Amino acid sequence: MSQIKKFIDNFGYTRIIIILFLILLFIAAFALELQTKSLISGILNRAGMNMLLTLAMVPSIQSGTGLNFGLSIGILCGVLGAVLSIAMDLTGGRAFFVANVLGILFAIVAGYVYGLLLNRVKTQEMLIGTYAGFSVVSGMCMFWILAPFKSPKMIWPYGGRGLRVTVSLEDTFDKVLNNFLLGQYNGIEVPWGLYGYIILLCLAVWLFSRSKTGIAMQTAGSNPRFAEASGINVDSMRIIGTILSTVLGAMGILVYAQSYGFLQLYTAPLYMAFPAVAAILIGGATVRKASIAHVIIGTFLFQALLVVALPVTNAVLPEGNLSEVVRIIISNGIIVYALTRIGGGE
Amino acid sequence: MSKPILQLIDISKEYYGNRVLKKVNLTVYPGEVHAIVGENGAGKSTLMNILFGMPVIHSTGGFSGQIIFDGEPADINSPKVAMEKGIGMVHQEFMLLPGFTITENLKLNREITKHNLVSKLLGEKMKSLDMEAMRKDARKALDTLGVDIDEMLPVEGLPVGHKQFIEIAREIDKTNVRLLVFDEPTAVLTEIEADLFLKAVEKLAASGIAILFITHRLSEVMQVADNITVIRDGEVVGRLTREEATIEDMARLMVGRKIDRIEKTKKVNNGTDENILEIKNLKVDMPGEVVKNVNLNVKKGEILGIGGLAGHGKIGIANGIMGLYPASGEVIFKGEKIKLNSPNDVLSRGMAFVSEDRRGVGLLLDESIEKNIVLTAMQVQRKFLTRILGVNFALSSKIREHAKKLIKELDIRCTGPEQPVRRLSGGNQQKVCIARAVTLEPDLLFVSEPTRGIDVGAKKIVLDLLLKLNQELGMTIVITSSELAELRSICDRIAIIYDGKLEGILPPDADDTDFGLMMAGGHSDKAKEVS
Repeated sequence: MSQIKKFIDNFGYTRIIIILFLILLFIAAFALELQTKSLISGILNRAGMNMLLTLAMVPSIQSGTGLNFGLSIGILCGVLGAVLSIAMDLTGGRAFFVANVLGILFAIVAGYVYGLLLNRVKTQEMLIGTYAGFSVVSGMCMFWILAPFKSPKMIWPYGGRGLRVTVSLEDTFDKVLNNFLLGQYNGIEVPWGLYGYIILLCLAVWLFSRSKTGIAMQTAGSNPRFAEASGINVDSMRIIGTILSTVLGAMGILVYAQSYGFLQLYTAPLYMAFPAVAAILIGGATVRKASIAHVIIGTFLFQALLVVALPVTNAVLPEGNLSEVVRIIISNGIIVYALTRIGGGE
Repeated sequence: MSKPILQLIDISKEYYGNRVLKKVNLTVYPGEVHAIVGENGAGKSTLMNILFGMPVIHSTGGFSGQIIFDGEPADINSPKVAMEKGIGMVHQEFMLLPGFTITENLKLNREITKHNLVSKLLGEKMKSLDMEAMRKDARKALDTLGVDIDEMLPVEGLPVGHKQFIEIAREIDKTNVRLLVFDEPTAVLTEIEADLFLKAVEKLAASGIAILFITHRLSEVMQVADNITVIRDGEVVGRLTREEATIEDMARLMVGRKIDRIEKTKKVNNGTDENILEIKNLKVDMPGEVVKNVNLNVKKGEILGIGGLAGHGKIGIANGIMGLYPASGEVIFKGEKIKLNSPNDVLSRGMAFVSEDRRGVGLLLDESIEKNIVLTAMQVQRKFLTRILGVNFALSSKIREHAKKLIKELDIRCTGPEQPVRRLSGGNQQKVCIARAVTLEPDLLFVSEPTRGIDVGAKKIVLDLLLKLNQELGMTIVITSSELAELRSICDRIAIIYDGKLEGILPPDADDTDFGLMMAGGHSDKAKEVS
């Protein structure tokens, strides 16, 4: 009995509750005779799509700035890179590559500036980050309207000013990673290329955490005064963490977009930080501690929940868009629950 | 004399099995100024907390003994009860609202009110303030103290001395006050203000109020106190009247004979004539431990102790040199001027620091023992690293090896190098801190409060360890400690800091009186300088 309790303590009540809920949803899905195979493919796809955005939370938590609620800043850098690569008329893998290079460059600059801001508002990072993200998204809305892009793939087909709200990637890098080494097993699709790319980046983040700078960054995050006494420049470590997080955000949105097939401009990035925050918290991370395992477990659980909950609620409550309401309640509910647990326990 | 206003009978108090007060008895008469003197940690504050019914006493299991107030046994279980009985307390920290006027502060929550139209209809809560009456009361209280300031001035921006007077005025304005407790009231005052204050105390006593006066400043005690009680280690060690007391007596009683010297078996390193560290005009802005101007030389190979009472700046010296708090002045290490306010520079020159704030600055509580041990050396000296493709990676095998070696050498009791330090006892945590400093292989080691918060057995082990580092590795060690006995047990010389400045340097076997006098300040001329 005590061993069961110990296991539960180790694993965390949050995760157990969510897993039980998930099992319940699966049973419901089975009972309602929904397509389980397509559900599983959907989970694999959605988890891969969102994994990097969740991974972006790791450096910011490790460096002590908490959850990166200003992830939309990184996302916008990636989107900007993609828009430029489309404007250059590139296609396929090359377009994806150029979008990444540009996105990373923008993210380094933006991350640096954002890091300077976060250093001025210590202990308020998450609140300020949320609103910094909101403001930058709004600012970029003006840019999307005013930017002098001419590519017919992006401007409104009937003329006028500005870029479309959603830009199709059909002719550029739609599904470059998803379709690379796509495995079909008895109707279940496994995007091996996508997962290979993710594993590579997870590995890079893990390796960084074993490096001298990485260790200094984690020290700055877990005890700034200790770090200071050990000759570590806490402020610059926080900036490094913020830059890394922003860069991963930029790369993450490109993975997301290639999988989705569309680039979403204007207000779409506004709330994109929230699912990533929810996922890593479900994975077992706290505001002070996060690991790659938290990212993987959390993204799978959170996305599985959304993928299965939607059709189930649709089948149970077919009226209007109740399922969408349920989705919002579930995902925000998880964020609220996880945030109330800040600082609780070790 | 008339009958006593306050009697404390056999008051004892334990904090978690640690006896801080042992059967303390105290009697105070109306109109008497009674001084309580003692070192930090002697139990003065605990005694006052009991008298004032502070929650901290009751949340830690209460106390034993009896309080008799005005002839009747009193059960003071909250500050409110204490206030109702007529016990007032003037705190060390100011509890004033800066934006309010002096009058408003004095009358806070005790405002004099009068009826108006609305209050007649809606009841007591809507009564308006009778500013005229409040002003008069405030004026009266200030006049009693002999302070000439406008009672309608806002508190914000007033000099500290005036704030202290307002605190006192607030207490004496309470009409029922019978006993006033002052907890180191002159600590923040200038000499002129202190004089003014002492005069006010005498006036108050003359009006029949009993006064309990806690202080370190022995000369003040001589000036105003009628009776003096000296407390050491939770026990009353002396009761003196003003006539029979001398400053020397009080100093000796305060410090007491409690030397338990760990004899240096091999007297190899007692310090040479060469200075390894020269501190010139050091000023450190560390809150609560401000260093005002310290000049001090550390000799190569010695163990130098830095002592003094809390709040006088001894802690600030090491923190300032190590760059943890803003410092100015000149520090020369091995003939070279060091860069102040840069921990990195100081560490890489061969100085290391074991902080007094073990859990805050000294350790990464949730990280493993091995990480705690190697981290500083890895960051500052690039030890335990391997270079792959231009990136420095931590070398786990070497870290593990080194950690295991130190765990064995320092006898750190743990389940293994991967155990988080949070789970270790205080003494073993301190050993981890020392292990980290030793890993840097420093020439000069600063250790602050090495035995704070660890049990008696572990204390000796930690001190022995420091002695061993000094004797066997020739490491110069500077120990800052509030426990004089500890400094006297292993140091070659002891520097006493008073009011942010060096008061004097004494040999460890110097007389108790000299230590006591130096710690109480103002008697540097009597000190014997040793070199």
